[in-house]
Amino acid sequence: MAIAQAPNPSPVSWLQRWRQPLEAVALPVAALLSALILFGIFCAFSGANPFAVYGSIYKAAFGNWSAWQNTLIRASPLMLTALCTALPARLGLVIIGNEGALVMGGLAAVVAGLQLGTGLPAPLTQILMAIAALCGGGLWIMLAGALRHYRGVNETISSLLLNYIAIALMNHLVEGPMRDAEFVTKPSSAELDPGLWIGNLPGSRIHFGLIYGLIACLIAYVLIQRTTFGFAARTAGGNIRAARIAGLPVGKLTLAVCFLGGSCAGLAGMVEIAAVQKRLNASLVSNYGYAGILVAFVSRHNPLATVLVAILLGGILASGGILQRSHNLPDATVLVFQGIVFLCVLFSDSLYGRLPWFQEKAVS
Amino acid sequence: MAYPRQPRFSRRQVVRGLMATTAFGVVTKFGTACSPGTDAGSAPGDSSAGGGEDLMVGFIYVGPKDDFGYNQAHAEGAAAMAANVAGIKIVEEASVPETTAVAETMRSMIEIDGAKVLFPTSFGYFDPYILELATEFPDVQFFHAGGLYQEGVHPDNVGSYFGYIDEAQYVAGVVAGATSKSGKLGFVAAKPIPQVLRNINAFTLGAKSVNPDITTQVIFTGEWAEPVKEAEATNSMADQGIDVVTCHVDSPKVVMETAEKRGIFSSGYHANQAPLAPEGYLTGAEWDWSSIYTRLGEEFLAGKTLMAGDIPHILRGGLADNFCKLSDYGPAVSEEAKAAADAAKDQLIKGELIIYPGGLKDNNGNVVVPEGEGYKQDNIELEKMDYLIEGVQGSIEG
Repeated sequence: MAIAQAPNPSPVSWLQRWRQPLEAVALPVAALLSALILFGIFCAFSGANPFAVYGSIYKAAFGNWSAWQNTLIRASPLMLTALCTALPARLGLVIIGNEGALVMGGLAAVVAGLQLGTGLPAPLTQILMAIAALCGGGLWIMLAGALRHYRGVNETISSLLLNYIAIALMNHLVEGPMRDAEFVTKPSSAELDPGLWIGNLPGSRIHFGLIYGLIACLIAYVLIQRTTFGFAARTAGGNIRAARIAGLPVGKLTLAVCFLGGSCAGLAGMVEIAAVQKRLNASLVSNYGYAGILVAFVSRHNPLATVLVAILLGGILASGGILQRSHNLPDATVLVFQGIVFLCVLFSDSLYGRLPWFQEKAVS
Repeated sequence: MAYPRQPRFSRRQVVRGLMATTAFGVVTKFGTACSPGTDAGSAPGDSSAGGGEDLMVGFIYVGPKDDFGYNQAHAEGAAAMAANVAGIKIVEEASVPETTAVAETMRSMIEIDGAKVLFPTSFGYFDPYILELATEFPDVQFFHAGGLYQEGVHPDNVGSYFGYIDEAQYVAGVVAGATSKSGKLGFVAAKPIPQVLRNINAFTLGAKSVNPDITTQVIFTGEWAEPVKEAEATNSMADQGIDVVTCHVDSPKVVMETAEKRGIFSSGYHANQAPLAPEGYLTGAEWDWSSIYTRLGEEFLAGKTLMAGDIPHILRGGLADNFCKLSDYGPAVSEEAKAAADAAKDQLIKGELIIYPGGLKDNNGNVVVPEGEGYKQDNIELEKMDYLIEGVQGSIEG
């Protein structure tokens, strides 16, 4: 670093050096701003004052500690489910089986938790539940990866379809073999022992899942950016034939990365059950998986950016209520906002390297 | 060229990431330390504001307010409460899933809007969300649509209300039985849970009261909102020669529209679906939340609360207590059918008619209601219903 800075302290080289990071920050910010403007126009057409709406969104999402908690509660499962798309994406795979992996993880965790019951010390049981969840979600997505690698089945389609299979399997189990007849609200499994629940962070109503999400994103970042394994995965993602020629075990890499991605979503399922639902039922399927896909794409599959984008999306979701209650906007408004943000960010993706300000100056 | 630059760039990003995480942690810690202060600060402000002003009542729906179904029925009731009772203001939030989202919505209604009474209307909101929030906010009343309140187990500020809508389904069954030419009725159902089975059985019993040979074909879609399967089920029923369909799904819209398109009759559920099927709509079993919500609203203003015991924790009722009602008869309903239905309705209101008679058999031939006078509406056995009665074709095993 020191060597690079010393010889050339002129402003031009400063711009040269920061060109890429600047672009990486400026484009998403510009995309968000244009999304806000478009959404403002939409609000104006729906008869609400756009600036008042912006103010409400900010207040409801990040205005005070209570709003922050609301945002973070919604963001924490998204960090984990987003990794299910973001990690395989570095290998060039488009996996959208997040919802299914989440369900399989939750299912595995509940089965483990109910089977072990109170026989073992609670922390040990929780770890075993987490391992079950990691394996459940991981193997599920690994299946899509294996189909891709060995049979050439399109991983996007197969992982999407695996979602439906996972949800159907869970519905079958909670309506049949695992059903707790005492619980009448909806077909559900028996309740986990209170000792196995995941509590809240001290002094807040945010459960520990947030910490799991942050840690997982950090590990994923280090793994992808800082290890040989991550480098091999990125190489295979960049050019699979070159990777093969270089002697990289592409098949093993595919399976391993898919397993890791799926296991993150599986962990989200376990957290959702142990911290929120306490039992397995259809409420586990509440679009955390699909929202995770969005987070992964908006963060350009960078695990650290995932954290920020998940918080942003959590904030948008948290503001959905206030849009209805204070501005009389229809309940789908928050989805419109989410959709506009997604489209703007995806469009901005196509602008990388095309804007003259960020293009490398021809060095004489 | 790119390769040597790569590690430098990444290291910087790691440092930045670590800094961001630390900053985040600091913010979280800082916020944590602050939270009791803000909570304590906001709570007295809310209560003092609530003193002289309108009573704020919050309504939460699991789907859109204009779904022609369960949520619309509640939203219409909420609007009626606000319109009929001066001194009540409502806040509403629609499409709130049964996750922490509903807990956050309830909290925000209490803390930001100052709601003193909440109506989280979806079944799945109850456990754990309503129970947790009710414990945390003991001076806010929570009314839940469903029969789940248990005395002594659940907090004092929780109440449940639910209607015996199978009475209205029975009358709708009378109309359907009198109108059907083929003697085959269809029922598109979501899940085989007691509330749904009660409606299927009551509808069939009503139809059998005018035509003992009539059958009801039931198809379970497995989900509360599964428009494609609902349309398929309705179409396959029309193909089989079934000429009256009804349903118990969250939004009957698809079933009604498909039936109308196929030229068969339909009987509604939850809300009035006559605009969707102007020709074939016979009648429908509707919730009448307007009257219940208006009544409760007046009681709130009179100072009655669940906690004081002025409002019962379990509110139940049928046609007689205005918990449910029937849609106006459609053009296809004959005078005889109207007369038969009105007679059944009168008897139900007077309490002279028992829907589930003694000696009732299920469709496997087992006696499910013991010989005798039968099960009255408030019989607890009916809440555990796990059978389809004789005359219903289908199985709850799926």
